[in-house]
Amino acid sequence: MEQFTPIASLWGGILIGLSASFLLLSDGKIAGISGIMGGLLRPVKNDTAWRILFILGLITGGLLFQFLSPDVFTTGISRSIGALILAGLLVGFGTRLGSGCTSGHGVCGISRFSPPSLVSMVTFIVTGATTVYIINHLLGGAL
Amino acid sequence: MNSALAAFASGVIFAIGLAIGGMTQPAKVAGFLDFTGNWDPNLRFVMGGAVMTHAILYRVIRQRPTPLFTAAFSVPTRKDIDAGLLGGAVLFGIGWGLSGFCPGPAIVSLASGKMPVVIFVVAMIVGMYLYALVNTFWTRSETTPRNEPFPRLASPSNPALREPQDT
Repeated sequence: MEQFTPIASLWGGILIGLSASFLLLSDGKIAGISGIMGGLLRPVKNDTAWRILFILGLITGGLLFQFLSPDVFTTGISRSIGALILAGLLVGFGTRLGSGCTSGHGVCGISRFSPPSLVSMVTFIVTGATTVYIINHLLGGAL
Repeated sequence: MNSALAAFASGVIFAIGLAIGGMTQPAKVAGFLDFTGNWDPNLRFVMGGAVMTHAILYRVIRQRPTPLFTAAFSVPTRKDIDAGLLGGAVLFGIGWGLSGFCPGPAIVSLASGKMPVVIFVVAMIVGMYLYALVNTFWTRSETTPRNEPFPRLASPSNPALREPQDT
């Protein structure tokens, strides 16, 4: 088994839940990252600033770690440029087509007990696990 | 505090949560998805902590008539499970397993300046843009009256014209 860090993981999760709750309380918005980004590609008047600032907040949070604890950005798996491009295209297109990703469906949707979000999350975990199975156990762990 | 500042603060807290939870480490994500191998159970606690916290606070917050800094809550209400929802989740899952990145952690990891994540994010934005193009084409061919050359813009003030809401 990998290093077991349930307390850190739980705290990380609680912060994510608090952030989503704060965005809902302050702005009335759902903290779904793919939806927040997608909304910037077809901008609607008066619905842009909060999206840009949320994303800048994500990057700022990342910069804190880059300076204080860059270990959190350890990649740890080897993927070719082609695999990364394909993965990016699939994640971008898929999350928009499916109306959400791990944050929007997985955290916010499940918290509301939304049936579509539950179905979505089960589906992307199953296809994600199948993909990892193929890479790790049939293709030798790299792609 | 206003709505823009609150969004920024939410983004910072979200990023800290993802980083502490290990979501910015593709190997951990791939480890979590590797149920038949060297399974890494940690991300279950990230998801559990996030859902537990938000499930409680969501219900408390929705007691309010409005949010603090905007006129109304915009929370998705769709209950239908259609081919787009399923197909999108299938494609997303494959990309997630392939890279170990989902959108939030990928954006946070841009701060590392590492080439793999930069390539991933650029491709992800292209993928989102491709969806917007395809979606515009579909919407236009299905719903635009003949004398209206361009689809009407989605508008928050006109719910009838709004796109299906993201979660």
